Formats: sequence, structure tokens, C-alpha cells
Amino acid sequence: MSDRPTRRERYERARRRRSVAIATVSTIVVVGASIVLIPLTPGWDRVRQAFFDGDVFLDTFPGLLGAFWLDVKILLWSTPFILAVSLLIALARNTRSPALFPLRAFAVIYTDVLRGIPVILLVFLIGFGVPALGLSRTWANPLIWGSVTLVLSYSAYTAEIIRAGIEAVHESQRAGARSLGMTSSQTMRTIVLPQAFRKIVPPLMNTFVSLQKDVALVSLIGPVEILRQAGIDKATYANFTPYVAASLIFLALTIPCTRLADWALARQRARTGATTIA
Amino acid sequence: MSDAANPSMSASAPAPKLSMRGVRKSFGSTVVLDGIDLDVVEGDVITLIGASGSGKSTLLRCVNLLEPTDDGQVLLDGVDVAEPGLDPDPIRRRIGMVFQSFNLFPHMSVIDNIAIGPRKVLGVSKADAHREGQEMLARLGLADRADAYPDQLSGGQQQRVAIARSLAMHPEVMLLDEITSALDPELVGEVLDVVRKLKAAGMTMLFATHEMAFAREISDRVCFLHQGRILEEGPPAQIFESPTEPRTQAFLQRVIDAGRL
Repeated sequence: MSDRPTRRERYERARRRRSVAIATVSTIVVVGASIVLIPLTPGWDRVRQAFFDGDVFLDTFPGLLGAFWLDVKILLWSTPFILAVSLLIALARNTRSPALFPLRAFAVIYTDVLRGIPVILLVFLIGFGVPALGLSRTWANPLIWGSVTLVLSYSAYTAEIIRAGIEAVHESQRAGARSLGMTSSQTMRTIVLPQAFRKIVPPLMNTFVSLQKDVALVSLIGPVEILRQAGIDKATYANFTPYVAASLIFLALTIPCTRLADWALARQRARTGATTIA
Repeated sequence: MSDAANPSMSASAPAPKLSMRGVRKSFGSTVVLDGIDLDVVEGDVITLIGASGSGKSTLLRCVNLLEPTDDGQVLLDGVDVAEPGLDPDPIRRRIGMVFQSFNLFPHMSVIDNIAIGPRKVLGVSKADAHREGQEMLARLGLADRADAYPDQLSGGQQQRVAIARSLAMHPEVMLLDEITSALDPELVGEVLDVVRKLKAAGMTMLFATHEMAFAREISDRVCFLHQGRILEEGPPAQIFESPTEPRTQAFLQRVIDAGRL
């Protein structure tokens, strides 16, 4: 091989230089225009005072961060339940035996109903409805029923993702395992599910990011997590800056998770050998 | 097998290891197997030849109960294993199957692919299953690929691993379903070598193949399948040199014209 770049390399280098130049110029134009034009709008001064007040930000940020810890806790204890319930529902939908028809029917109704109702409505219905049954003090805790709502709603979505993953494992894998004499449940556990989960990591991560944000809906029935704390601070200071601060805190969690999901997807593409066509 | 197990057989002829009696199978309105009768004596290699769609693969899948038969019997040591409602798992344990597209488990290393059957089905310890798997890989010339993943192997290597995976269950009968059809021509030989070794070791085999020269070399008997029936059956010399059925002759002529025999 000579050190001289090939014709293809020269072409691609020129193209790359051109792309970088265009991206740089367009970024400068858009950002510059924003900096120059937005402050020219008639309401800018009011918006700046109401949403970007540095003193309010510094005063409320630590309290919001503390309240966010509750969101993280709800997220952490809900996630394992969501995975467990969704796996059971997905497996129930996969059963063939006629004796298990009621289970299969339940799984279908479960996913249809719980995916069909907005999470915010479910939070109200379950969060206010179940404690009204006259449960003891410990069980009337809105934190419990808020979390249960998230588990119900998200496990319905996740079950469909898992089911799609199971169906994406080629039939020949099952034939290979069954030809060795493995039972159908051994085949599911050791051959199908491990491959299914590898396939669905990216959509699972997306759902997880979505869950991180929907945790805030639990505040609608009482618990003082970050959204409600921001509402309290807003009222105290008569200023919207706490909402901006809360948004930044959410982004600090969701952006790394989104990047992680993208990375998982890219890695999977690379492994399965799918190429990008120019 | 003692003849006492099957008193209807005469004392001189050995009882067949595997028999099919009037096996029928349809997919919807398409008849794929139209009354198959076949006897496989222990240690015999029977090859199934015939055009694509003649029913070779379905016949093998019916023996392994991967496809339920519609009618007829599949007798393993004289016991009908195709009886509807019978638990297929203990029977599949005794019958090995190797597939055209290998069907290796891509998320497991080579050694785990081989060890998973004995571990899960026979309850062999991980250490024992790995030791035996390692010996088997050494015999197949793959000792250094134990920790590789299937995607990192050539097609010929993958198919040899698939054979090892099946052998690890110590099957009494092996079903080979066009095991070289997905391979590049230069890789076919290494897989066929393994089949020669299996025959030398006395393995009973049912072998669906398009490799006519090899079928002629290795078979004790050759069956020509046409539209779900065994049209002609006999020793390889007879089938390949003086077939009596015009449709066998036509099939072999097409194979010769294609330069494959």
C-alpha cells in the first residue's frame, strides 16, 4: 500500500470538510439569531425575570434536588416490579395450552386497558380510588398507590416490547433446543429469553427514560417530589424559575440515559452487521 | 435389541432401530408425506434423495417429532413414538438432529452450545459436560475454538459444532437434514469427513442430502423421494447405476446435467 490517499479517501475527506463547514456556519447563525432576536421580543424582560432569576434559582435548587431524590426512589423500586410483571404478562400471552386460556385472555385485556388509559388518569383513579376503600393508615399511603399505578401502566407497555422480542427470535432456535430434548420452558428460559432481551435493550431503555419523567405524575395525588416542590417554590417566590431548575435536574438524568440507549442501539447494529446505506 | 421385544420379527433379521409405517403429513391442503414406509437397522446409514419439496426434511422432522404426523406410526425400538399426546421430550433426547442452517445458539460460546443439552436435559454437571464437550471438539479438530461464539466461526466449523452439540446427548439415531447445503463448496468436505467418522463409529443415521457422490459412498441404502412417497429404495450401486423408476432416472439425469454427479 502506498501512503498516497486513495481517490475514495480524498473524496471523503473533502466531503467531511464541507460538512463540518456547513454545520459550523448554520450553528453560528441559529444560535446568534436566538441571542440577538429573542431579547428583542416585547415580553423578554418579563420572561427573564419570571423564569431565569438567578437568586431564586440558587435558593430553590438544593430543595428541589432533595425532592428529586424521592423521584429517584420511586423509579428505583418501580422498575424491578415493572420488569417482573411485564415478563409474566408477555409469557402469559405466549402460552398455547387451552387450560391457560383465562390467563391469556387476562394478559390481552391487561395490556389493552392499561395502555389505553393516560397515565395521568390512572394516577387519579388508583391514587384516590383504592385508598377510599378504607385501607389502614399504612396502606392508604399515596406513594404506594402512585408507584402501583406506574407499575401497572408501564408493565403493559413493557410486556408488549418483551413479546415482540420473543417473537423476533427465529423459530429455528426453538427447533435446535427442542431437538436436544429440552422442554418448552427450558427452551424459553435458556435459549429464547436471553436472545429476546438482547434484541430489546434499546426500546427498554427508551421506555425507562419515559418512566423517569412520568414519575412526576405521582405528585398529583400528594407526595412532595420535585414537581410538587417546584410548584410550592413557585408560589413562595411568585416566580417560575423553580420549574426551569426542575427541568434541568430531569435532563441531568434523562440525557445520559438517552445517550446510553443510543449507544446500546448502535452497538447492536454493529454486532448484527447491519450497515448504513449512503 | 433382543428379538423378544418384537416377537413378530424372525430371529435371523435384526429388528429395525427405527421404522416408519404409513406416515402421512399435510400442511393445509398440501400433502407432504403420502404414506412413508421405512426401516432403519442399527448402524445403517440411509440417505434420502429427491428434489426440493419431495418431503425429505419433513420426513426427518416427523421422526424427531418437530412436526406432528397426521397418520401412521414412527417406531423407535418397536415403540410408537408418534402417538398423539405422547410427551415428545424423552424421545427427542434419544434422537439427534443436525439442521441445514446449523441452528447454533448465537448467545452462547461453542463449549456452552455443546454442554447445554447434557446439563439441562440429562442433569450432567457443568464441569463434566465441559470436559466431554472439550474432548468432542478435539476429535472434530476444533479444540481451540471452545470459547469462540458461533458468529466467529466459518460455516463448516459451525456445522461441526452443531454435530458435536447433537452428539453430546449420546443419541441412538442421528437425523442429518441437508447439513452441507448452506456451506461454501470448499467447506463441504470437512463436514462430510465427520459423517464418515460417525459411520465408522457405528452411528445409525438418516441423511437427507443433495451430495450425490457422497450419498453413493456412504449409504447402506438410498431412498428416492418423490411427492411425499419413497418411489425407489435400494443399495447405492443399484439406485445410482440402474434405477428402475423413470422418475428416479429423470432426477439423476438432472443432477448429472448440473455437474453434481
